[in-house]
Amino acid sequence: MGSWYWWMIIGMAIVTYIPRAIPLTFLEGKELPPIISGILQNIPYAILGAMIFPAILMIKEGDILFGLIGAVAAFAIAFAGANVILVVLGAIAVLSIYSLFF
Amino acid sequence: MDKFGFTSGMKAGSSIAIGYFPIALTFGLLAKTTGLSMMEATAMSILVYAGASQYIALNLLTTGTDPLLIVLNTFVVNIRHFLMTASLNEKMQSEKKWKKSIYAFWVTDESFSVLATRKEDKLPTSFGVGVMLVAYGSWVVFTAVGHLIGANLPIFLQAAMGIALYAMFVGLLVPSMKGNRKVVMLALIAAVINCFFYWTQILSTGWALLVAALVSSITVEIVYANQAKRKGGVV
Repeated sequence: MGSWYWWMIIGMAIVTYIPRAIPLTFLEGKELPPIISGILQNIPYAILGAMIFPAILMIKEGDILFGLIGAVAAFAIAFAGANVILVVLGAIAVLSIYSLFF
Repeated sequence: MDKFGFTSGMKAGSSIAIGYFPIALTFGLLAKTTGLSMMEATAMSILVYAGASQYIALNLLTTGTDPLLIVLNTFVVNIRHFLMTASLNEKMQSEKKWKKSIYAFWVTDESFSVLATRKEDKLPTSFGVGVMLVAYGSWVVFTAVGHLIGANLPIFLQAAMGIALYAMFVGLLVPSMKGNRKVVMLALIAAVINCFFYWTQILSTGWALLVAALVSSITVEIVYANQAKRKGGVV
């Protein structure tokens, strides 16, 4: 790659940094109206729901069943009360065993 | 006494490190086949540090897309971080702006999720940086390793490890869902909206996430505010 590649990386770095940095620094010390603050506190759970579905079902191209098994395993382990690391390792283990046999 | 310090942050971030491992490894490998040197590939992970955008950039590089368009596309994909960091700001302790402008660089979907779902209020900066650095370290190191060894994991493990980050999201979400209808509603509504966008292909992934999360958060907040008003209680 030529020197343009480095300019491109710098450009990518800047436009990735801006949306990360502006809210964190500009909102520092600001008291937001309760309704806005409430909405912002809801965001993590909403975004988690949207990040999980439907992507978790698509982890193996053309095989929704594979993703479904992983999703069921992850939710089952999590509802049983396991911590995050166990949910991750457990889901990987279930799918490894599944793909070894099928 | 390091209850919520740097080390416990690193521990909390370790599931991200596991989840990043296969993705960064594959990125390093793909970058090599795209024709990037190890330094060029690793530099992108060090300086840009955004999984989805980096994959898209590789894809566009192979099709000979104008670099300026790649930069523009990167911005569009990452607009959702405006919402995440605004939300994260409610969760982190008050801190000097220059320090926040530094750790802002390490906010990703995953580090945001780990931090924002903590039960504690006002997380210390050191804890946040611990979570973020263990994730960043994994991303950078395994990009280089992927390029260096130029081979991937055995196929059965590759497919299975694809679940890692999603399993982490599940593991973060479920404890908050238990006995909390509001959290269940938030996740469910956003998931349904996002699935709708996915299957109808009305919006690209980045925008779909943003709109789904916003609509769900606003709707649920209004419903709960009205309920509280009807009961005459204080929220």
